[in-house]
Amino acid sequence: MSERNAVPPPLSTLIQNALPTVLPVILGYLPVGFAYGVLAEKSGLSLFNTVTMSVLVYAGSAQLIGTGLIAGGGGAAALIFTTFVVNLRHLLMSAALATRLTDWKKWQVALFTAEMTDETFALHSLRLAAANPPKAETFAVNLFAHSAWIIGSLTGFLVGGRITDVKPIGLDYALPAMFIALLTPQVMKPLYLAMAVLAAALSVTLLLLGFDRIHVILATMICATLGACLAPWINRKSS
Amino acid sequence: MDQSEILIAICGMAVVTCLPRILPALFLSGRRLHPAIARWLGFVPATVLAALLAPGLLCPEQKLMISFDNIFLVAAVPAFAAALFLKNFFATVAVGMGVVALARYFF
Repeated sequence: MSERNAVPPPLSTLIQNALPTVLPVILGYLPVGFAYGVLAEKSGLSLFNTVTMSVLVYAGSAQLIGTGLIAGGGGAAALIFTTFVVNLRHLLMSAALATRLTDWKKWQVALFTAEMTDETFALHSLRLAAANPPKAETFAVNLFAHSAWIIGSLTGFLVGGRITDVKPIGLDYALPAMFIALLTPQVMKPLYLAMAVLAAALSVTLLLLGFDRIHVILATMICATLGACLAPWINRKSS
Repeated sequence: MDQSEILIAICGMAVVTCLPRILPALFLSGRRLHPAIARWLGFVPATVLAALLAPGLLCPEQKLMISFDNIFLVAAVPAFAAALFLKNFFATVAVGMGVVALARYFF
């Protein structure tokens, strides 16, 4: 293996190194992708659109929200705008990874971050901080995770036709459970917890008052702005 | 929406998902976001996820329902516990869906 840096590692080595790293993500993406596939089928999406969304968008919460909006008769603009807001959080993750990719070519950075999700971000920020793993291995991690998501979606769609009701298996709880899994690590600091609770209360209040299209975005904007304004003041008080 | 309109919407979703993923890594290497913008963005994940989650838990049928009959709200307790203590994405989703499935089976 002395020439390891000169020539790309053989495919088998690549798989051997990348697969164990990404296995926990694969085990999560197969069932959640499955849930998306079933709900997409129930919402009236075609097989082609169901799989295309997993290939091109590749964002679990946005895709699950999307099936709900389509089933509820929402339009394209609402779908795209909601996706944008929900996925804004990737801005920060991408900015955080930027410092680790300084010696990468531009097209490699674009290709790599296009496949960045919450879970692979967590994985890569650990991997790229610890050492300088072969780029091919880093791309293989992304490819395996994305493939698991697509395979899960496809299977869900194909099986979805045989499932008459998703309720007995709790599939309609996939999205709330996913939000809980993503939200919990974000609210470990008191101010973030407080702003999340406020956003939750505001979102529900606005919904009940009849602002059923803009309750999420309005609650997010108000509470994120309030948090950003309070943060320096609270930091100054505590220091 | 028909299937071709959905496909157009999917392409739009792909664009607004890809740009926030790609652009910062592409143009920020070495530079930093303005601190105020970074601070505001730092609050977006917690607030947007809470704003999305809460209506699903508290008003499953567009009406406020805070009681033990609300399975979605009850299942949130073990799901939050799983997220907090197991710190595992898949385990959290499995616990949440499992509790909902079991509750519907037994009650």
